Amino acid sequence: MATTFSPISVFAARLMPKEQRFVSGHRACQGCAEALAVRMVHSILGRNTIVASATGCMEIISSSYPDTAWTVPWIHVAFENAAAVASGVEAGLSILMKKGKIPQRKIQVVGMGGDGGTADIGLQSLSGAMERGHDMIYICYDNEAYMNTGIQRSSSTPYGASTTTSPAGSLSIGQHTWKKNIPMIMAGHKIPYVATASPSYPFDLAQKVKKAAKVKGPAYLHIYACCPTGWRMKPDMAVQIGRLAVETGVFPLYEIEQGVLRITHKTPELRPLKEYTKHQGRFRHLDDATLEEIERRVLDEYRKLERREGLAL
Amino acid sequence: MERRIGMEASIAMAEAVGLCDADVVSAYPITPQTHIVEHLSELVANGELDANFVPVESEHSAMSVCCGSSAAGARTYTATSSQGLALMHEILFIAPALRLPIVMAVANRSLSGPISIWNDHSDIMAERDIGWIQVFVENAQEAIDLTIWSFRIAEDKRVSLPTIVNFDGFILSHMIEPVLMPDREQVQDFLPPFEPLQRLDIDNPVSMGPVGIPDVYTEAKYVQHKLLTDAYGPIVETFGELEKHFGRKYRPVETYRADDADVLLLTMGALGETAMTAVDERRKRGQKVGLIKLRLFRPFPYKDLLNAIGDKPVLGVMDRAVSFGGPVGPVASEVKAALFSARKHPLVPEFIVGLGGRDTSIADFHSIFDDLFEAAERDTTPDPRFVGLRE
Repeated sequence: MATTFSPISVFAARLMPKEQRFVSGHRACQGCAEALAVRMVHSILGRNTIVASATGCMEIISSSYPDTAWTVPWIHVAFENAAAVASGVEAGLSILMKKGKIPQRKIQVVGMGGDGGTADIGLQSLSGAMERGHDMIYICYDNEAYMNTGIQRSSSTPYGASTTTSPAGSLSIGQHTWKKNIPMIMAGHKIPYVATASPSYPFDLAQKVKKAAKVKGPAYLHIYACCPTGWRMKPDMAVQIGRLAVETGVFPLYEIEQGVLRITHKTPELRPLKEYTKHQGRFRHLDDATLEEIERRVLDEYRKLERREGLAL
Repeated sequence: MERRIGMEASIAMAEAVGLCDADVVSAYPITPQTHIVEHLSELVANGELDANFVPVESEHSAMSVCCGSSAAGARTYTATSSQGLALMHEILFIAPALRLPIVMAVANRSLSGPISIWNDHSDIMAERDIGWIQVFVENAQEAIDLTIWSFRIAEDKRVSLPTIVNFDGFILSHMIEPVLMPDREQVQDFLPPFEPLQRLDIDNPVSMGPVGIPDVYTEAKYVQHKLLTDAYGPIVETFGELEKHFGRKYRPVETYRADDADVLLLTMGALGETAMTAVDERRKRGQKVGLIKLRLFRPFPYKDLLNAIGDKPVLGVMDRAVSFGGPVGPVASEVKAALFSARKHPLVPEFIVGLGGRDTSIADFHSIFDDLFEAAERDTTPDPRFVGLRE
């Protein structure tokens, strides 16, 4: 495997900001790429940030009273409303600044949730917050199932994946629906900035986080978050799997800035899908015919994305 | 100087919120709450209230936005009704646990099904245990006074709990009544600027809403119960302040011609006014009936209630909601629980009144009083009665 995998030569930890806002001591599983992504995002966003988190993995692993992994102000209210809570924080801060009740300065409000809290139960609240134009970032950390409750399927679970509520069986291939495309739904809200990112591509991620923070109005980031526990894979492969997801076209990296799409990591020759699926127990049951069917659709979706590049959506 | 004007209760309430200089108002439209939030949007649109009006996509998000803005340190208001309150249910429990002093008006309305936009107390009786301070008002003046008071008590640092002003949908919310509207200066004298217990502040970061493991959950709930129970003292104290500033007296439990009454009826909300008229009519006939009006519903004013009841032999309780398959009347159930520890307690006939906008007339109250005298005479409690039921 190591010989066929492109080395992560560009990654140099010293180029990322040293000061952490999401600190060690939390309770995430070994190899959790979601925790890795959260750490990267907040080391980039820095001190002047307030976080509203949905219920989910990142909330339970980071906030078990009396401990906290957060050195920036953080609030958790419930599962499906992180975007609404974040929009409330933004509305509160902006009027207090306008009325001179707190000092005038840039404070970045960030809402965050998993794929369940974003694509399923929190979609309405997210849509409302984005549509209202609050100056905030919403970040979905997508580990493609309800991992916190024990690996149940969400609308973000990929086709063919076996989960505890979409189990592979004699009559089922596992998840039988295609992954819901939340970034494009967000783009449909005509917000100034939408991007996909992955902690396996830290500089691409850093650029996008900075852009999201810079825009006036809502920004949406959809971050790929490999979950070794839920995907039934080796914890030390999380970063590699994240790169393979991009190189096979499963999770393309792109951004939509003021409605114009740009693929930020171009992969003209997609790797065979099997290189991605073979390491993950959730796809182990899939036969060659099914994998080929998935590969055709992944390619088809990727080519569609390429055709949309540079066009105003 | 206060102005004497005629005004719809909803508009009066919105004006009061404006006088309190709320920072954030977040709401979703639902009948019969709409006039409050429409008027608040107008105040914001015309620059008469310097606030962020956040027009959300649901009541669930309205309460979520309120949690966020209150946690940011902003004075926060919302209003809802019925299905909207039910949709907020999940978040209603979280606001007091986070000690967020949000103020909310509930224009009380029935719950579906069948769907009904009209007035009763089904919505709020389903939210008794959410941990908010709750008061009921009877007329537009009380709606003004207790809205202003709600910010004061909610934001009192000894309390720091969200507060609901219950006011009956349509039969109060849409009534035009003469009111004394205070001016901004008067309100400012009564209501100090909001200084939150804690806020989301980048210079003093806190984590709010952490996981409560079994080691701490019981203690967290105990503290919450104690806070709401202990809010009673500051509530009475600030009622006194309200009286000092505005000249109108409020008590957790209020009575009308109850001292020398032979039978008592307990009411909550706007129907208390109709009941008073019926009491006056009975008194003219020489029959001693009296009223107890439950103003403060949470924290439940046990002692005041027992004092008001005294040793009267019969206490009818009017309910405007049904606890299905259970105690029938939720308020009666609470009143009976309060009486259980008393050495001697009255008969407590229950009356389900005015569900889903069914008109409750003075004649209906007379039929209730008849039942109360009959109960006293026979010394037995009749079965709960759905007043005006067509069979």
